[in-house]
Amino acid sequence: MKPIDQLLIRNVEIMDLVGRQREKADVVICGDRIDKIGQVDFETFAGQIIDATDHLLLPGLIDMHVHLREPGREDEETIESGCAAAMAGGFTGVCPMPNTEPCCDNQEVVRFIKKHAETQLVDVLPIAAITKGRAGNEITEMVDLARSGAVAFSDDGSPVRNNAVMRRAMEYAGMVDMLIIDHCEDADLAAEGHMNEGEMSTRLGVAGIPNAAEEIQVARDISLARLTGCRVHIAHISARESVELVRRAKQEGVPISCEVTPHHLLFCEQDLVDYDTNLKMNPPLRSAQDIAALEDGLKDGTIDVIASDHAPHSVEEKDVEFAAAPFGVIGLETILGVVLHQIVDRQVLSMEEALYRLSIAPRRLLKLPVPQIHAGEPANFSLIKPKDTWIVDVKKTRSRSRNSPYDGMTLRGVVTAVVNKGLIWQPNF
Amino acid sequence: MTLQSRHLLGLEGVSREEITLILDTSESFKEILQRPIPKVPTLRGKTVVNLFFEPSTRTRISFELAEKRLTADTVNFTTSSSSVKKGETLKDTIRNIEAMNIDMVVVRHSAAGTPLFLTRCVDAAVINAGDGMHEHPTQALLDMLTIRERIGKIAGLKVALIGDIAHSRVAGSNIRGLLTMGAEVMLCGPKTLMPMFVERFGVHVTFHLEEALEWADCLNVLRIQLERQDKGLFPSIREYHKLYGITLERLEQAKRDVVILHPGPINRGVELDSDVADSDYSVILNQVTNGVAVRMAVLYLLSGGNPSIE
Repeated sequence: MKPIDQLLIRNVEIMDLVGRQREKADVVICGDRIDKIGQVDFETFAGQIIDATDHLLLPGLIDMHVHLREPGREDEETIESGCAAAMAGGFTGVCPMPNTEPCCDNQEVVRFIKKHAETQLVDVLPIAAITKGRAGNEITEMVDLARSGAVAFSDDGSPVRNNAVMRRAMEYAGMVDMLIIDHCEDADLAAEGHMNEGEMSTRLGVAGIPNAAEEIQVARDISLARLTGCRVHIAHISARESVELVRRAKQEGVPISCEVTPHHLLFCEQDLVDYDTNLKMNPPLRSAQDIAALEDGLKDGTIDVIASDHAPHSVEEKDVEFAAAPFGVIGLETILGVVLHQIVDRQVLSMEEALYRLSIAPRRLLKLPVPQIHAGEPANFSLIKPKDTWIVDVKKTRSRSRNSPYDGMTLRGVVTAVVNKGLIWQPNF
Repeated sequence: MTLQSRHLLGLEGVSREEITLILDTSESFKEILQRPIPKVPTLRGKTVVNLFFEPSTRTRISFELAEKRLTADTVNFTTSSSSVKKGETLKDTIRNIEAMNIDMVVVRHSAAGTPLFLTRCVDAAVINAGDGMHEHPTQALLDMLTIRERIGKIAGLKVALIGDIAHSRVAGSNIRGLLTMGAEVMLCGPKTLMPMFVERFGVHVTFHLEEALEWADCLNVLRIQLERQDKGLFPSIREYHKLYGITLERLEQAKRDVVILHPGPINRGVELDSDVADSDYSVILNQVTNGVAVRMAVLYLLSGGNPSIE
């Protein structure tokens, strides 16, 4: 990571994800702005030159669902290591969830996170808690939190159980047009489940979490979004029934959106046959039918965003008996590769549509400025070689944790640079 | 013939030939157990650790006795999961024990998959003595040995498992073993204690005891954990007994020579009435005797033993 003085990116294919156009050009960056797009005489250019033939230039990717663990569990991840993983994955923005220790339910923690991210290339845009201590009882000082830099609210991981509290939270957040993000899980139905409830959980003798545990809370949130008019976003949607509920609610005009993770698209419950704790996540990996429904949801626009739910856990915590392991996997460095290799190559989405869900769509939901690749605009973009493949080696991850289910897998799309805030990061190959 | 795996993690994937080998070997050991000195030097010099992370009396004693009858050195490690949680990880525990040079581990744990997890941590052979709601293979083997002894065969028999199927690792292993051996299996219990999609194993499922009674050659009556009622999985012991309790009166609906098994310990008057448990239908004490023989056979075969014992 270093500051940009004068940078010329030669012969690059610019992908305009909003206008859905591609053009080949040279791009000059001066400090933190795009200075010029067009033909540039590189022989007389005084500054860094990147020959970007075969590269794509995309509006900076943003992951609206990550866990950076700082403050509290710096052994698992820090803001710095999480940002390093984000850059390696092609991201210029991340939204960390508030389940830190202490939890991000007050201005002080928001300021702490923003201060520690100041010198980072990656925009760290905190999501604050819906309720104090994420305990589900009293709503947080949402207006103050929004003013201090929180971009959305969520009690991710411990969803608000009380319907009246959720209603008040939506009404209050709605005053400042903030997004409420919900991890939908009925705590009683999910109970002590560790994987999807189905034939596989019966085979493995592991307590299951039924699709209905998610579906019921998605239905609740749709009802409350309709009632309050607040914009509500369903995190990591996993069950086919939930996708159908969101589809119908959108048709009706309810302000609802949702995201899917790459692991819910790539793996299913059968993959747990060896009790691999790196495939233990919440919501759990579902069935082939659910995956088909998630793909349909992406195709018809029911699913707005792809996000990683990057959830670092230490080796000691994951290398234990299945029931004792925590839920979650890391994913910032692999999400782009999985999306290109699985979602695009399997023709679920075109490249433009897939990348839109990793860049433009999340920013629109969060009311963040969308990076424009035009002269005079802030330089916020990612440079990738889309056709190159690479093999995931978890030992080389920039994250402080190693809990990746993709280790050893071949993925497509190599990140060659990310640019934001007047800084450039390039990997050392 | 020998066993394909170095471990016995469950009966999933264990072939009919292998199960038959274990049962035949068990019969040889049973004969040894009836001698004046019921002990053989087969595992002399081998060390077996009984690693019990859940309270157990009969399974641990049965294994320990089997090990002693084979002249193995045995060590018991008994603890509750919670106290281990506070201290070192399971991986550290097992690797420390293995560093003392052991050959085999017998493990019981509340988390399904733990025996498989242990095979990735150590080189010793691992025997599953019950993992969560998953499998308890030696129990199913001793159940099958007892059935075969009493009726003379397993293939073609109709075996009903009665009670809390969902939480039962005994059922988990019995279903797999019995189907492999060519028996038909019916599961009978309240829907709240029946696992999801279990019919996909190729078993019959009923919620009505009468149906199971009329159908079965053998009834394997499972222990009902009384704490399941606290979780609201059935309304009362009274109603459970009324619907699924095996009484002499209800046995009039069953085949005349029906065989009754129970993995123990029995809740007398709940899933099984005393006069049934102590009747001629019951082979419950034979199961206990056979348990030692079956465990000797498993220990012996997994230690690389040749099927001809002497």
